[in-house]
Amino acid sequence: MTFEKFLFYVFAAVLVFAATMVITRRNPVHSALFLVLAFFSSAGIWLLAEAEFLAIVLVLVYVGAVMVLFLFVVMMLDVDVATMRAGFMRNLPVGLLILFVLVLEMFIVVGPGIFGLDMIPAPAPQPADYNNTAVLGSVLYTVYMYPFEIAAVILLVAIVAAIGLTMRKRPETKSQNQSAQVQVRSEDRVRVVKMASEQKMEIKR
Amino acid sequence: MIALSDYLILAAVLFSLSIAGIFINRKNLIILLMCVELMLLAVNINFIAFSHFLGDTAGQVFVFFILTVAAAEAAIGLAILMVLFRNRRTINVEDLDTLKG
Repeated sequence: MTFEKFLFYVFAAVLVFAATMVITRRNPVHSALFLVLAFFSSAGIWLLAEAEFLAIVLVLVYVGAVMVLFLFVVMMLDVDVATMRAGFMRNLPVGLLILFVLVLEMFIVVGPGIFGLDMIPAPAPQPADYNNTAVLGSVLYTVYMYPFEIAAVILLVAIVAAIGLTMRKRPETKSQNQSAQVQVRSEDRVRVVKMASEQKMEIKR
Repeated sequence: MIALSDYLILAAVLFSLSIAGIFINRKNLIILLMCVELMLLAVNINFIAFSHFLGDTAGQVFVFFILTVAAAEAAIGLAILMVLFRNRRTINVEDLDTLKG
């Protein structure tokens, strides 16, 4: 067993363990943290498959942004865990049954007999000066230019939708009224006062 | 050497685990969203593995777009979750029956 294969099995074991924990933990915060562990270990697996750029993007975008968003939302809602877990033991046998049936079916379809090393040999490793980011970028900015721009628009729409959904007017919030600010005249603000000049006072000691 | 079937079986196990998670956590909307994220991760592992073994960067570009759309989906999904919780004081799927579906 080569070192690569050993690493793959370590990452795969951690990934499956973390995914199992995500779906069985009682506390949603624990689930979110195990999901972070799952993303980290799958980033390791992507590194083994020579997708370095996407592995780093997975850690930065998913662990850094999406999972932090999940954690924020979990902490903002006070979820009653007990009622959420009410049907857990009742649904567990169905879930396990579906798990085993699905794994068995997919093993038959994608198992070593069809996608093994005999059928699809492993590609030669890339040379040391291979730059995954440059290769991906050169394709992304030429062939996939329009999909890339559409992805940017999708992200913009997501930002606008998320803010628009969650924003609400609160009476205690202080905000500026730009229209009133622009329409203000100098007469409303400044008052010229005529008065005699001040007398100098002697301070007696 | 790592075979393509190793990657595919790992992704299949991950996908099945997330489907089982949807079945056994039927009430908690947050866990359901996390299971969807796990499913997308399993699909991405498939894309990366095929891209590696077929020597085609198109798979990695697809993973890039899936990550983008998944981030947007998570943001909007969590925003809807917040609005739901604000209006109904619950995220239990069985209580969200306004439409009588």
